[in-house]
Amino acid sequence: MAYNLKEVAKKPERFTGGHRMCAGCGAPVVVRQILRALKPEDHAVIGAATGCLEVSSYLYPYTAWKDSFIHNAFENVGASVSGAEAAYVAMKRKGKIQGETKFIAFGGDGGTYDIGFQALSGAMERGHDMVYVCYDNGAYMNTGIQRSSATPKYADTTTSPAGKKIPGKMQVRKDLTEVMASHHIPYVCQTAAVGNMKDLYEKAEKAIYTKGAAFMNVLAPCPRGWQYNTPDLMELNKLAVETCFWPLYEVIDGKYIINYKPKNKLPVKDFLKVQGRFKHIFKAGNEFMIEEIQAEVDKRWEALLKLAGEEA
Amino acid sequence: MAIRERMSGNEAMAVAMKQINPDVVAAFPITPSTEVPQYFSQFVADGVVDTEFVAVESEHSAMSACVGAQAAGGRAMTATSANGLALMWEVLYIAACSRLPIVLACVNRTLSGPLNIHNDHSDSMGARDSGWIQLYAENNQEAYDNLLMANRIGEHPDVMLPVMVCQDGFITSHKIENIELLEDDKVKAFVGEYNPKYKLLDKNNPISVGPLDLQAHCFEHKRQQAQAMMNAKKVILEVSEEFYKLTGRKYGLFEEYKTDDADVVAVILNSTAGTAKYVVDQYRAQGKKVGLIKPRVFRPFPVDEIAAALSRFKAVAVMDKADSFNAAGGPLFTEITSAMFAKGVFGPKVINYIYGLGGRDVKCSDIEVVYDKLLDIACTGKVDSVYNYLGVRE
Repeated sequence: MAYNLKEVAKKPERFTGGHRMCAGCGAPVVVRQILRALKPEDHAVIGAATGCLEVSSYLYPYTAWKDSFIHNAFENVGASVSGAEAAYVAMKRKGKIQGETKFIAFGGDGGTYDIGFQALSGAMERGHDMVYVCYDNGAYMNTGIQRSSATPKYADTTTSPAGKKIPGKMQVRKDLTEVMASHHIPYVCQTAAVGNMKDLYEKAEKAIYTKGAAFMNVLAPCPRGWQYNTPDLMELNKLAVETCFWPLYEVIDGKYIINYKPKNKLPVKDFLKVQGRFKHIFKAGNEFMIEEIQAEVDKRWEALLKLAGEEA
Repeated sequence: MAIRERMSGNEAMAVAMKQINPDVVAAFPITPSTEVPQYFSQFVADGVVDTEFVAVESEHSAMSACVGAQAAGGRAMTATSANGLALMWEVLYIAACSRLPIVLACVNRTLSGPLNIHNDHSDSMGARDSGWIQLYAENNQEAYDNLLMANRIGEHPDVMLPVMVCQDGFITSHKIENIELLEDDKVKAFVGEYNPKYKLLDKNNPISVGPLDLQAHCFEHKRQQAQAMMNAKKVILEVSEEFYKLTGRKYGLFEEYKTDDADVVAVILNSTAGTAKYVVDQYRAQGKKVGLIKPRVFRPFPVDEIAAALSRFKAVAVMDKADSFNAAGGPLFTEITSAMFAKGVFGPKVINYIYGLGGRDVKCSDIEVVYDKLLDIACTGKVDSVYNYLGVRE
């Protein structure tokens, strides 16, 4: 059946309202849409790394999760969910479990690119039948906007502040989607909640129902860290994609597929200028910073086109 | 009929794990416990267990995967030593507070630094406040027996706590000794099925595990955890009694060796207790009234029982194969002296020896130094030094 947002949105919510995520946060939008891709009859065991999503969704004695949920610590959601999946395999073999259970781990970029990187890599390499979803907001937002290896160059964070001498974060961001593609697992994708969220939904469905390990890197803007007006969330997602800052693509059994090629690729400054964390790079004399970011985006986009066998 | 065999302490633990047939074993290699997952993965490869073996990329992930597996509703086990246990540290506390009766085979080894692969107790002693039940074993037989009892203890509804079974690295883990094994069917019947009330994989009753738990409820949850550890003592004794009826091997909270008329005793964990028993026999032959107390259960600490037992002696030496670096005594010493004080036992003179750190060999002549000192104290009533290092060059 062709994707239809109206129909998909009618499915029972598996991540309920009443959670405490901020207005204008990208993460709950991403989580709800991914869980909609589960078949209604399937149960899920969902894990979350310590972070905004966890502390806002399961504050004792309230839980926003209709499925089973586990939080262990910051750096180990990959391992925790892989353990639950292993128990499922063993118990199913013994005839102790009926029906289908799917396994989904959520981590922010801090819990995924950085501190949870080892547990993620291990879980994916071992090939557990699970999906790891990184909701990437490009900094440690839960602790108050500290830089991570996912933070873009020149972004102003509380541990890479834009000062008089140093203009924000001085390193380019790690390309985790590529690192995960290099694990040669069956399914890797990069996506965002854009438009009617078809791309996100269909990728979630593939990731969940592909046998083996799957990784999704999903852009999840943060109104506190990025400093934008909360109603602009979907606009930011769109600009990230239209500027090719955040290309939508997937790697299926090693084959690269670019899911969206902007007809008119927008300059990255369109994406940067609506975010307070880049305010300093728009000051006179800092034009080279924007040019540098543009060059980096172009370089990575061209490399991706090449991987997908497409012309620029 | 019990099966007479000969095997190392590591193999004995692996065989116990095979007979328990858990749902998940997640482990990472570290000397000297590596053999346990090695033997076990062979059982998996040969199809003699139903277990999923998860060859994780670190001990942190080993314990994390055990938490996921046990919370899912399965039985999860692991094995480790020293730095491996230290890398699990964070998750040990989470396993205990989440009330997940995971079982861990701890093959005691010196915790770095400096790097040293040999035996002392600095690894498990450091984990003593993590909320895990800790059982100690003198030899391969006790390591095997304790491991067979661990699930029953931890999974008891009044307990629901993880259990760590410790034995001495190399000294017993690699030494081949005679052992009596139980038949597989008897182990299966004794250990039983694990059917927890709450599990992630119960699709009809989904649960959430591991909340953000703030001022309104966290304190009560910690109190419940403390109660579980208090409840564990009775359960350990009940399970041990049942095990005695099955095997004829009797286990309590601690073992007393030739203490009935003793004037002095040494308190010693694990394999060195075996050496001390030999020295006790020699001294007894000379008419010297010496005895030994070997704790089996360190967590929960048998405060009442050990204070009552020690009240009968003139002098006590508590032997610690780990130092607390509190400039006053090792962990076993401070537990025992605080137990005695709390229970109003002021009679015996109590001294502490730190011994065998980094695997330094502990010989009969070292133990003789301890008993000679105790007999001297019993005679004179004078203690010149409480906190001592045994046999160290200084």
